[in-house]
Amino acid sequence: MSRAFTIAHAGAAAAGAPAPATPRAVPHRGGPVSPSADALRARFPDAVRRVDVVWGETSVYVEPARVLDVVRWLHDDPEQRYDYLADVTAVEFRDLEQPIEVVWHLRSLPFRRFLRLKAQLPKGAPLAVPSVWPVYKSADWLERECYDMFGLRFEGHPDLRRILMWEQYREGYPLRKDFPLRGRFSRSEQLRQALAANPEARYSMEELSIADAFEDLPQEMRQRLAAGPRPGE
Amino acid sequence: MGLTNRPAPSTVTYDPPSQDGWVATRLDFLVNWARANSLWPMPFGTACCAIEFMASAASRFDLARFGMERMSFSPRQADVLICAGRVPFKLAPVIRRIWQQMPQPKWSIAMGACASTGNIFDNYAVVQGIDTIIPVDVYVPGCPPRPEGLMYGIMMLQDKVKRERMKDEALRHEMVPDPTSKLYIPPSAIDELSEPFGNSVQQTRSGL
Repeated sequence: MSRAFTIAHAGAAAAGAPAPATPRAVPHRGGPVSPSADALRARFPDAVRRVDVVWGETSVYVEPARVLDVVRWLHDDPEQRYDYLADVTAVEFRDLEQPIEVVWHLRSLPFRRFLRLKAQLPKGAPLAVPSVWPVYKSADWLERECYDMFGLRFEGHPDLRRILMWEQYREGYPLRKDFPLRGRFSRSEQLRQALAANPEARYSMEELSIADAFEDLPQEMRQRLAAGPRPGE
Repeated sequence: MGLTNRPAPSTVTYDPPSQDGWVATRLDFLVNWARANSLWPMPFGTACCAIEFMASAASRFDLARFGMERMSFSPRQADVLICAGRVPFKLAPVIRRIWQQMPQPKWSIAMGACASTGNIFDNYAVVQGIDTIIPVDVYVPGCPPRPEGLMYGIMMLQDKVKRERMKDEALRHEMVPDPTSKLYIPPSAIDELSEPFGNSVQQTRSGL
């Protein structure tokens, strides 16, 4: 589907702003807060937990359940226009009591702004946050990677499955702190499992278009593929 | 280094005036001589070793001197599988299948530390040496090895090829993996091969 688009010029909306320059002597903590953080506080007083400025970059801690609302407003509001999702990732801390943080890096090209959103997911509860895929289609693979490595469920993601490890990978989520560096199984068992599968079955049909591998795919995946075109296309 | 003074595996003296247009030799020698000097490589480059491999094939080092100028990107027409780079578990069945698609006689070179042993990537994702997946003839150490290193490995392989004997049937038999474990060698051997230091099996990122 072709759609008319306009070329984004960085800083086009920030008329009268000083020309961008490399920041000097940025303090570790504190400093000017991004205007978007204040706007978020005014707009979502119940969703914003706190605002941190670290090395000159503003981090906004939001309620996990409200992430999609916040992101949608940041994307749509004419005073914010965060039109680029740079990254979705997660952080697990060595301290087991500390919650897992999901991190979204947003960039507003028209205003030359950067904003970091964080949501804290306490241990013990199901690790789930709303997917921002309805707003940013680029979140698709980023969230899949996050799910693959950390086991976070992104509610509303159209096709949440592993992306780096293969679909039949059974050892868990490699970037979690309780994951052994060499994996959970012995080397021979890992190799046996890796060699047992059909190489083409590692990839889905929409990735490689190998019809031969269809019968070897997991049942759930076959149903999804047989159901027709993928959502979002 | 032995690069210049390699022992000749077999020699033929040819003296045209006295032999009047014919030469007698062992069939072994003739076949091996032909094979050793036209080894077509199947490049399986996954990482930085592949850059050195490309440098070896380019004009300065010129693999064509060894009859290897034709990179066979189809395993059906290849003689040597050169695995250049680390192999993650996700690629293990791929390299296994490429190896099985190559016709006999075939040889393989593990180029670089990652392909030979897994190198520093002693983690959940990387195969600890391709000798746990396919049989390997020559290991080329280095991270990555320079083209000279690879060429030395190739010359060692040529020596090996030239020493083969037709009556040795083991060389021509396709190895069949164990049907249950899909492995060529026993699992205990793989565990032993992949744990050179044996100290990081239970290691976690945080020491928890």
